[in-house]
Amino acid sequence: MQVKEYKPLIVAFCCNWCSYAGADLAGNNRLNYPADVKIIRVPCSCRVNPMFVLRAFQRGADGVIICGCHPGDCHYTSGNYFTRRRMAALFSMLDYLGIEKERTRVEWVSAAEGAKFAATMNDFASTVAALGENKRLEDLRCKK
Amino acid sequence: MQKITREQLIEKAAALLAGGTVTAVLGWSKGEFDYDVTPAVFHTAEELNKDFVWNDFCGANFSKYLVAKAAKEEGKVLVFLKPCDTYSFNQLLTEHRFDREKVYAVGIPCEGMADIAKIKEICGEGISSIDCGEKIAVTTIYEDEPVMIDAKDVLAERCVNCKSKKHVAYDELMGEEGTVIDSARFDEVAKIEAMTPDERFAFWQNELSRCIRCNACRDACPACTCEKCVFDNPNSGVENKAPANSFEEKMFHIIRAFHVAGRCTDCGECSRVCPQNIPLHLLNRKFIKDMNEFYGEYQAGEEVGTRAPLVNYTTGDIEPGEVFDRRDTDA
Ligand code: SF4
Ligand code: SF4
Ligand code: FES
Repeated sequence: MQVKEYKPLIVAFCCNWCSYAGADLAGNNRLNYPADVKIIRVPCSCRVNPMFVLRAFQRGADGVIICGCHPGDCHYTSGNYFTRRRMAALFSMLDYLGIEKERTRVEWVSAAEGAKFAATMNDFASTVAALGENKRLEDLRCKK
Repeated sequence: MQKITREQLIEKAAALLAGGTVTAVLGWSKGEFDYDVTPAVFHTAEELNKDFVWNDFCGANFSKYLVAKAAKEEGKVLVFLKPCDTYSFNQLLTEHRFDREKVYAVGIPCEGMADIAKIKEICGEGISSIDCGEKIAVTTIYEDEPVMIDAKDVLAERCVNCKSKKHVAYDELMGEEGTVIDSARFDEVAKIEAMTPDERFAFWQNELSRCIRCNACRDACPACTCEKCVFDNPNSGVENKAPANSFEEKMFHIIRAFHVAGRCTDCGECSRVCPQNIPLHLLNRKFIKDMNEFYGEYQAGEEVGTRAPLVNYTTGDIEPGEVFDRRDTDA
């Protein structure tokens, strides 16, 4: 029997104005990052509701990362400042419930930072891979 | 035992009704048992004399009832507020949830409320009557003599850790003004934080798996006043039904607590009404504690018009990842 190599599924919420463009640049520059990173484009990082994060885990994500413009550079001026507070609170709560804190992350990636995008994804994917499958926030009904 | 008496409250309410200051009174009335005192609306002195209750089981916080009642009533509504209730009152005013002009608030002192679960631990089930005097006299169907219990021994958790005896809002105050208390309310949270992730996970799994999704915690919460709730949405897959698995349990509790984060006054209603005795306050207080640590001390409802931490920001806020770095270096 052949054992399939475990590859974590990563959901990356990327804001339209910076991080999504950063991902694009990474692609244009032929920079490698894991194919198991699924990017979801959002208008602004602050569009990400805590429910999105939980739903991603429910539907099989092993790690969730939120990327937005650098603080001060948000297209909507202050969206990412709110993201920063909300996600600090949410991630701390997940940790409090015993869910591995390495499974969640916020990173600021500008449109010019293709290399940072690829590096971030590589680093995050290997951190999550080391943890293994997401068991603590899984929903067996959603598993294939 | 409460310092203020039922008679004093009835007298006050009857006088305000007679004088035309108010047309309705929000108060407590007897439920099926002596200990399940329920909120009620009174319109006349006769009704008050007949059904009004004030004793160690009047935990219900009326602030939220004002949202519906003040909008409907022609005249003003009289509401009795314990110190902790006044924080919810202010928070609702901050969120423009009712018209202050339509309400006449009377602040009343509170000596702490009794927790029926703790009483049952002492005298078991089968309680036929409870009399709140100097001591709480509990009669059960199994004994002729009532069991006498000291109210101090059966205080509700939120009253053991009472954060304030000070009324932060009222039109009129009965009794003396109290003070804000430096309580130990975050101690339990700190204990959980000090556990290993595995222990924390097991702890919460054990607590949250008891949830039957009756929604009482949401319904009683004065910070939860949306007319449409995600947990009533038929397309959400989690509308008004028992959690199907541990994911749904956690989702409900994370979202419920997150939604009131920064606005929760720590009034303790959610834990009080939970039929499964789930310590919901430990979730709310985690958020309160975190926000105090990250963004500076903040007490929701202390003043009208303040901005809650999650709808506010500074350019130098802590990064989500740094939260953990800091904690790791502390440890
Ligand atoms: S009151 Fe208790 S049992 Fe009911 S939904 Fe809330 S936590 Fe669950
Ligand atoms: S979450 Fe609980 S303690 Fe906080 S305001 Fe609502 S009912 Fe009160
Ligand atoms: S638009 Fe990029 S974070 Fe707001």
